[in-house]
Amino acid sequence: MTDTPISPAMLAGAAAPVPKEETPFTRFRKAFFEDKVAVAGLILFSIIVALALLAPLITPQNPYDLRSVDLMDSRLKPGSVAGEGFTTWLGTDGVGRDLYSGILYGLRISLMVGFLSGLIAASIGMAVGLIAAYAGGRVETILMRIVDLQLSLPAVLIALILVAALGKGVDKIIFALVVVQWAYYARTVRGNALVERRKEYVEAAQSLGLSNARVVFRHIMPNCLAPVIVIVTVQTAHAIALEATLSFLGVGLPQTEPSLGVLIANGFQYMLSGSYWISFFPGLALLLTIVSINLMGDRIRDVLNPRLEK
Amino acid sequence: MLAFIIRRIGQAMLVIGVMVVIVFFGVNVIGDPVWMLISPEMDQSAVEATKIALGLDKPIWEQFVYFVGNALQGDMGRSFVHGEPAIKLILSRMPATMELALVALFMAILIGMPLGVYAGLKPETRLAKAIMAVSILGFSLPTFWVGLMLIMFFSIMLGWLPATGRGDTVRVLGIETSLLSLNGWTYIALPALNLALLKISLVIRLARAGVREAALMDYVKFARAKGLSQRRIVGVHILKNIMIPIVTVLGLEFGSLVAFSVVTETIFAWPGMGKLLLEAIQRLDRPVIVAYVMVVVVLFVVINLVVDVLYSVLDPRVRLTEAKA
Repeated sequence: MTDTPISPAMLAGAAAPVPKEETPFTRFRKAFFEDKVAVAGLILFSIIVALALLAPLITPQNPYDLRSVDLMDSRLKPGSVAGEGFTTWLGTDGVGRDLYSGILYGLRISLMVGFLSGLIAASIGMAVGLIAAYAGGRVETILMRIVDLQLSLPAVLIALILVAALGKGVDKIIFALVVVQWAYYARTVRGNALVERRKEYVEAAQSLGLSNARVVFRHIMPNCLAPVIVIVTVQTAHAIALEATLSFLGVGLPQTEPSLGVLIANGFQYMLSGSYWISFFPGLALLLTIVSINLMGDRIRDVLNPRLEK
Repeated sequence: MLAFIIRRIGQAMLVIGVMVVIVFFGVNVIGDPVWMLISPEMDQSAVEATKIALGLDKPIWEQFVYFVGNALQGDMGRSFVHGEPAIKLILSRMPATMELALVALFMAILIGMPLGVYAGLKPETRLAKAIMAVSILGFSLPTFWVGLMLIMFFSIMLGWLPATGRGDTVRVLGIETSLLSLNGWTYIALPALNLALLKISLVIRLARAGVREAALMDYVKFARAKGLSQRRIVGVHILKNIMIPIVTVLGLEFGSLVAFSVVTETIFAWPGMGKLLLEAIQRLDRPVIVAYVMVVVVLFVVINLVVDVLYSVLDPRVRLTEAKA
């Protein structure tokens, strides 16, 4: 995203100092920060990512380390003191894991799965969309039929069937999430690329004798990035929610990789007996993550939407 | 018109055909077909006997013909767990799921429309802003977690509504329904609300956008100039015009309600086909999984077809552009 095309102003800036040149990125940044809600989303999201990254340093317990987990501490109420001597501010789960630690470690998995699947899906979808738009003809028809077919079925169903066939595991769930996401990118990028390829700069590049690959990936692709960025935010939030849903249903991540969905599922069985916190707090963390991404996404969409440009 | 419908039906059949091929190759080529058709308890000689009995020693195209032939007769194999034909199991659970999805759909309209229309008419008021904030939240809330919170709040803390299961059913025209008893409604309220939540947000957004657009139209100005009451303008003129796109979208969304009911049914122990699917996945009951996929694909194709045809009836432009293409 920081990779802005080189404008004449920037070239001139190398020779003579220009006080403030306006690149698309600075314009985007300025417009984004005008909206207080979006900034709040960004701050919240940054905090969540920081907490997830720093998890080993700021949690009293490593939930993967079975030696530090004591079954005697199971289902402690929020604020109780665990056997190890630390206070569990959010309580403990059914096997005695500190929920605060569990949530931060769970966030790492949920965020990683969300972003990784989003990036892979965006790359594949962009490649397919660009190829379809540039090649045209039969290639385009076949690729777009596949996209249509996939988009006509709901994501949750496709993902459910895929993980049912593949089994549990981080790699499998990322694969399933990529499969359900790539088509959105492909459709959007194709639509954009169809418009771009008729423009003069593409003709100019072609008449210079550049290879097809170079024209597509160096000239057309950068001009199709704006909508992709919008979809990345929306889809990442979707992917995180979908992973949690699948894990909650018991077909996503295994108990050895406790994402937020796994934590919520573990708490479900204790909820009817009144231990609400085991499901409640991981769910709240999941909700805040998704809301923060959506708040940013809403603003990014408004800023990058050419129809709303002043 | 007839040509349009025939072409659409042809496309629908093509989609189902493609899905049959995908499911066949997914199950019989990538996976081990024997595992799909035997139960895990069988010993080796029984496995071999099944293989030969099912013709799995034959070439792949012959197997495909066999699979399609059976599927056309509605035979997707027997459930390992229940011992009944898989397709029969799915169809017996279908009314419960349809009931849930329909109630959720009506909830989405009854709750979403008034809120959305209000937010569209008075976008600057505090209440309108609150409604929109709630709708953003509705898109962000993970469905399954909301389900848990509904149970916690209404069933455990307040004790108003039962948390799990389906209430008393009454048999009408050969279909079991729980919508004809008060007891049934207390059971369906929470799962239906849970399932409807995303769609309520969707309807709010669609209605708001529709009203804001329609409010600027000449026919509204004209109605106002005629001196019609605000109630009549909104209730008759605007509502009529924004209903078409909303009904279309909701028609298409009905399929996703059925798909999402897997989650809701699992949380609320609602005995529908979504719960059946999840149980089948957990117990590796493959015939049921295949049957579910095929039933849902057919359902989706039929919904898309009906919406397409209805739309072309309502809006002649659709079939005219289609005819030209």
